[in-house]
Amino acid sequence: MIVPFGHVLMLAGMLFLLGVFCTLTRRNLVMIILGVEVMLNAAAIAFVGAALHWQSLEGQAFVLFIMAIAATEVSVGLALIVYAYRRSGSFDPSSCNLLR
Amino acid sequence: MIFYLTGGLIVASTAMAITRRHMVHAVIYLLFSFFGTAILFYLLGAPLLAALWVIIYAGAIMVLFLFVVMMIRTDATEEVMFPLNQWLPAAIFGAIYMAVGAAVVLMTPGTEVALPLMAGSPREFALYVFQNHWLSIEIVSLLLLVALVGAMSLGRGKGRDRTEDEA
Repeated sequence: MIVPFGHVLMLAGMLFLLGVFCTLTRRNLVMIILGVEVMLNAAAIAFVGAALHWQSLEGQAFVLFIMAIAATEVSVGLALIVYAYRRSGSFDPSSCNLLR
Repeated sequence: MIFYLTGGLIVASTAMAITRRHMVHAVIYLLFSFFGTAILFYLLGAPLLAALWVIIYAGAIMVLFLFVVMMIRTDATEEVMFPLNQWLPAAIFGAIYMAVGAAVVLMTPGTEVALPLMAGSPREFALYVFQNHWLSIEIVSLLLLVALVGAMSLGRGKGRDRTEDEA
């Protein structure tokens, strides 16, 4: 592998920005969670690159935990989205304002 | 160079995914992005993580997304973009942050050195994780159990509300 660490970080940063953009601009609950997934993906790439840079398995171990957190977040988040959809009948986050 | 090819593929498919109007298309494009990430993990010396990434992310999480998107009627989700004067300052700040981050990465000494070769074999990796992080593994498994219970209780509450509405 003849890639500088900076390029891996650049790739991760670009992906993270794409995720932030998706989370902030889309008005659709499913697309918001998708953006969070993209951000976690970018963080995992940065961690694996750092593990290679410092020759330590710590970064790879952290990616394992990121994966578990992502699975939890998606399962609970999607359950909440289905619940909100049944309640309000739309994916628009601004329609979930019925505090009852 | 496989890294740049894969990186370009990941960024392009993610960009396609986050701009799709149809959610099924977005999920399929993101699937390509995650496959590219798995290839990248393999290149960066993490073969076990590459396999887990395909199995858990592409196999489980994205299929969960597909289930939800297909379970629910997805027509007529016409999204409105924010007006220009609302997101223009945010875009400018984001661009500045991007430039500063790129400058920090490029000016830090040591980031231009080519990465050394290292392959954490699945055996080494598993030994490392269970020798140094066994408590975190238990906590994460407990978290997954809590998430399972939470998702089930949310699903149950939904069914009960619907029967109350029908009654």
